Amino acid sequence: MNVMDTRATSAMLYLDGVHVSFDGFHAINNLSLTLAPGEMRAIIGPNGAGKTTMMDIITGKTKPDEGTVLFDGVTDLTRLDETRIAELGIGRKFQKPTVFDSQTVQDNLLLALNVDHSVKGTLFWRGSRAESERIDKVLETIRLTDARNRLAGSLSHGQKQWLEIGMLLAQDPKLLLVDEPVAGMTDVETHLTAELLKEINKTHTVMVVEHDMTFVRELGVKVTCLHEGTVLAEGTIDQVSSNERVIEVYLGR
Amino acid sequence: MTPHMLTRSLDRGAAIFLMIVAACGILIPLSNLLLPAGSALQVPTYLVALWGKYVCYAILALSIDLIWGYCGILSLGHGAFFALGGYAMGMYLMRQIGTRGVYGNPILPDFMVFLNYSKLPWTWYGFDMFWFAALMVLVVPGLLAFCFGWLAFRSRVTGVYLSIITQAMTYALLLAFFRNDFGFGGNNGLTDFKDILGFNVQAEGTRAALFALSCLALIVSFLICRAVVSSKLGKVLIAIRDAESRSRFLGYRVESYKLFVFTLSACMAGVAGALYVPQVGIINPSEFAPGNSIEAVIWVAVGGRGTLVGAALGAIVVNYAKTFFTSGVLAPYWLFMLGAMFILVTLLLPRGIVGTFNAWREQARERRPAATTASAAAEDGITEPKMAE
Repeated sequence: MNVMDTRATSAMLYLDGVHVSFDGFHAINNLSLTLAPGEMRAIIGPNGAGKTTMMDIITGKTKPDEGTVLFDGVTDLTRLDETRIAELGIGRKFQKPTVFDSQTVQDNLLLALNVDHSVKGTLFWRGSRAESERIDKVLETIRLTDARNRLAGSLSHGQKQWLEIGMLLAQDPKLLLVDEPVAGMTDVETHLTAELLKEINKTHTVMVVEHDMTFVRELGVKVTCLHEGTVLAEGTIDQVSSNERVIEVYLGR
Repeated sequence: MTPHMLTRSLDRGAAIFLMIVAACGILIPLSNLLLPAGSALQVPTYLVALWGKYVCYAILALSIDLIWGYCGILSLGHGAFFALGGYAMGMYLMRQIGTRGVYGNPILPDFMVFLNYSKLPWTWYGFDMFWFAALMVLVVPGLLAFCFGWLAFRSRVTGVYLSIITQAMTYALLLAFFRNDFGFGGNNGLTDFKDILGFNVQAEGTRAALFALSCLALIVSFLICRAVVSSKLGKVLIAIRDAESRSRFLGYRVESYKLFVFTLSACMAGVAGALYVPQVGIINPSEFAPGNSIEAVIWVAVGGRGTLVGAALGAIVVNYAKTFFTSGVLAPYWLFMLGAMFILVTLLLPRGIVGTFNAWREQARERRPAATTASAAAEDGITEPKMAE
């Protein structure tokens, strides 16, 4: 059984004592973290701190060796595969923008909509007005209305990042995992992305992994710093960035 | 905008293709049957049979394009499904021979009498009935593809590994069918067919009808493929082809999609094989040869992967070239030419004939109406200041 009888926690996402090692390398080491419903959390940490591996565990791509991963207080994510976890309502944006290059912006969003994803459902699919209205709304939010009929592959890097965020919106998950959304973006785009995420956070729980400190500061949310697969510090950006150990890890003193 | 025009132009391409196939399917048999032999416009019977073979190959190519072009599954063993469909039809034709065989046994085909079989193996039950054989033409390849795909896709075998095990599958079947005690005629296969549904398979009228039926099957297969790839499922297939794990994270069960399209494709290949056998008059284990399956993939690559029309066209063009070159002084060099064709297409026309033609026309269209291009550019320009707001 992957669903417990009673809610073990009120958290949207609850990680406790998680361990993962790859060929003896401890990528995640006794990681414990909770995310409250409606919260937005920024995750920072040097390269190799285990940020992406943590997202892999939450989305079912990697199975932890040990530990508990609970979603919405009842569902044990460690026993489910990617598809099932996506269906439960966890969406993920990858570090490298991954959109469907040979399809139009509009079709990318259509594919992301959280409607019937079965073979039969898609084979006999007929577009509905509600669906196209939702797509229109997302296009507006991510500022790609004019590009709706362009192939996703022809978009600029920043636009692809947004399209991927838009696909998350179309998926309308309970929890959004966003991996380095502003990598390679201009300052203006970074600023707009922060605005966009804040807007999304009004209705969704969000976890953002990011290196860009200006961006994290702009989000103005609770920050968790990971190091060697475990939580090093947690608090506001000012608390975390003044933490002795965080400075040590980042500056290598 | 372009994609809309693209679908429209593709529709036009598809319509032209269907009209040509339909016209051939009607006019060639009529010309063969109604015009006097020797007249300039009369299509001789041997050509009807030869072209009928090409049409069957075109159906096989379509089935490969459906999985390779749209879902990225490169099957190098699709000849196996074609051959299984062919064997199912061959078994029906064998049982129709009845007492007219060399040994005159009403139940057992000649090779079984020769091999001292005392009774009909259970695998041959029901093949005296056409409807059963026709059902098996779909069921046997479909079931094999389903079981094979279920194991392979669930274990997430993809890319070159999948291609290799499909090769192994067809090779294993080749070895099995070669064995006399496997019960399907050993290396001689099944031949000496007499009649199909009561009509003599050698008769001109039957051959013309089989040709027309093959064209009809090509049209139906094409329409099925088109319906699949232009549905939302088709978009999911392309998404899986381009970014498989992304599709999983969106909540698509990738293995179910692959299994569906792989099984459908195998059934189509089976139908192609079933129509092929009465027209060539023989089915033997060499149809399972791994080289055949690879050749079929080359047809698709030459014609244009992911275009459907291109796959069918590629099958006809390459096989026409094969017939042309293998009948003259160039015959010993055919395999070199086939290899050269594949290399040249990969280097010079990586999208194949139809793919290159589509891209070229698309470019020409974008260049022509300067006004619309300018407005499109302006449109793109507007997005930048908007972002800066």
